Amino acid sequence: MTTVVIDYGAGNLRSAAKALSTAAAESRAGEVIVSDDPAVIRRADRIVLPGVGAFADCKKGLESRPGVIEALRQAVLDAGRPFLGICVGMQLMATEGVEYGTHPGLDWIKGKVVKLTPSDPGLKIPQMGWNDLKLRSAHPVFAGLETGDHGYFVHSYHFIAERPQDVLATVDYGGEVTAVIGRDNLLGVQFHPEKSQKVGLRLLANFLAWKP
Amino acid sequence: MLKMRVIPCLDVKDGRVVKGVNFLNLVDAGDPVAQARIYDAAGADELTFLDITASSDNRDTLYDVVARAAEACFMPLTVGGGVRKTEDIRKLLLAGADKVSINTAAVNNPDFVREAAEKFGDQCIVVSIDAKESAPGKFEIFTHGGRNPTGIDAVAFARRMAENGAGELLVTSMDRDGTRQGYNIALTRAIADAVTVPVIASGGVGNLEHLVAGIRDGHATAVLAASIFHFGQHSIAEAKAALAEAGLPVRQ
Repeated sequence: MTTVVIDYGAGNLRSAAKALSTAAAESRAGEVIVSDDPAVIRRADRIVLPGVGAFADCKKGLESRPGVIEALRQAVLDAGRPFLGICVGMQLMATEGVEYGTHPGLDWIKGKVVKLTPSDPGLKIPQMGWNDLKLRSAHPVFAGLETGDHGYFVHSYHFIAERPQDVLATVDYGGEVTAVIGRDNLLGVQFHPEKSQKVGLRLLANFLAWKP
Repeated sequence: MLKMRVIPCLDVKDGRVVKGVNFLNLVDAGDPVAQARIYDAAGADELTFLDITASSDNRDTLYDVVARAAEACFMPLTVGGGVRKTEDIRKLLLAGADKVSINTAAVNNPDFVREAAEKFGDQCIVVSIDAKESAPGKFEIFTHGGRNPTGIDAVAFARRMAENGAGELLVTSMDRDGTRQGYNIALTRAIADAVTVPVIASGGVGNLEHLVAGIRDGHATAVLAASIFHFGQHSIAEAKAALAEAGLPVRQ
């Protein structure tokens, strides 16, 4: 089995690839490769889109790789392969983002990515650090995890999903903030599983074993 | 709810830890990667490497340390010391750092911070502010490990850095650093209250009550310490228990 981490210039893709490799080695889940080759993406069994940085920059990075978005659509939407978006990679699944102007996303999960506006003005932006997850669903990628487990967050924008059932977990940051979204073979996490120690590695191992 | 972070800091010189963990005989006390693993297992919320190598010749050693530490730890890793060009940042991020901390270069050229934030994202740019109290309630920026005064007001500088895209500020009191008398709370609070980005308190921790004060009174959302952890005086778990005891939210 092959899991491809999409290389589109996002800063921490090696962290994501390393954590996935560690999770894969522990659960014998095949190899993890980093690539921006559309042919590799089309053939991959699982696809991970990492991301740090601004929404528009990341979208531009994806678009600048010839054939990558097309290959992603074929593998994820047509062929139904399991997909995981991390942080900005998750936000890119939205209909649109409003960071530095309004930009269209992949529109895989209906929703908007907007600035965090915590009700408590004393809360800092970005949200930076560990926050406890409130799981809303019994999704297979949550196996072995429970409400109260912590993920490491770094973000100033957050995903407002149109359909409440697409929100699989939230955290509290001066109001409810989407932590995990998903439907069908699609999954997106706002926090960084590759930086969330045991909880993160467990979620990644679950993703590698997931058969949607 | 977001938890307050406890961040151990390792001083690295020529690829070896200078102030090291010496409470475990099993590990090579000077190996930064071995120590990173210990802190990862102990539940540290992040780890900071501060490169204090005098010459720039040994820079490649640092990249190697960062790469090996990133392979062994799945928590955020910040690297500071000698970051002067966007190329330095790129290399550190590619090696596996999640954030880089910029000190002297930010003072010399505040636009460098803007450039770095635009290129790599606010979230990975930490500006490290070293300040001394020059008059009661007045704080001045120093560079070069606290040797060079600049005449720049620390609070005004902090505001400017946050506007330029720093995702976080690491505030070190130079007159407290190494004294074990506690953070300079007035400095920490003056900066934390002046900016909307997170502030990490640093410099002077001698006991667990100092960590509590950094958050409760200094309004920091993270506390950095070196010697109380390295010399086995306290564990990460004890630090978190002390914060929890004071009613502060922590990940335990």
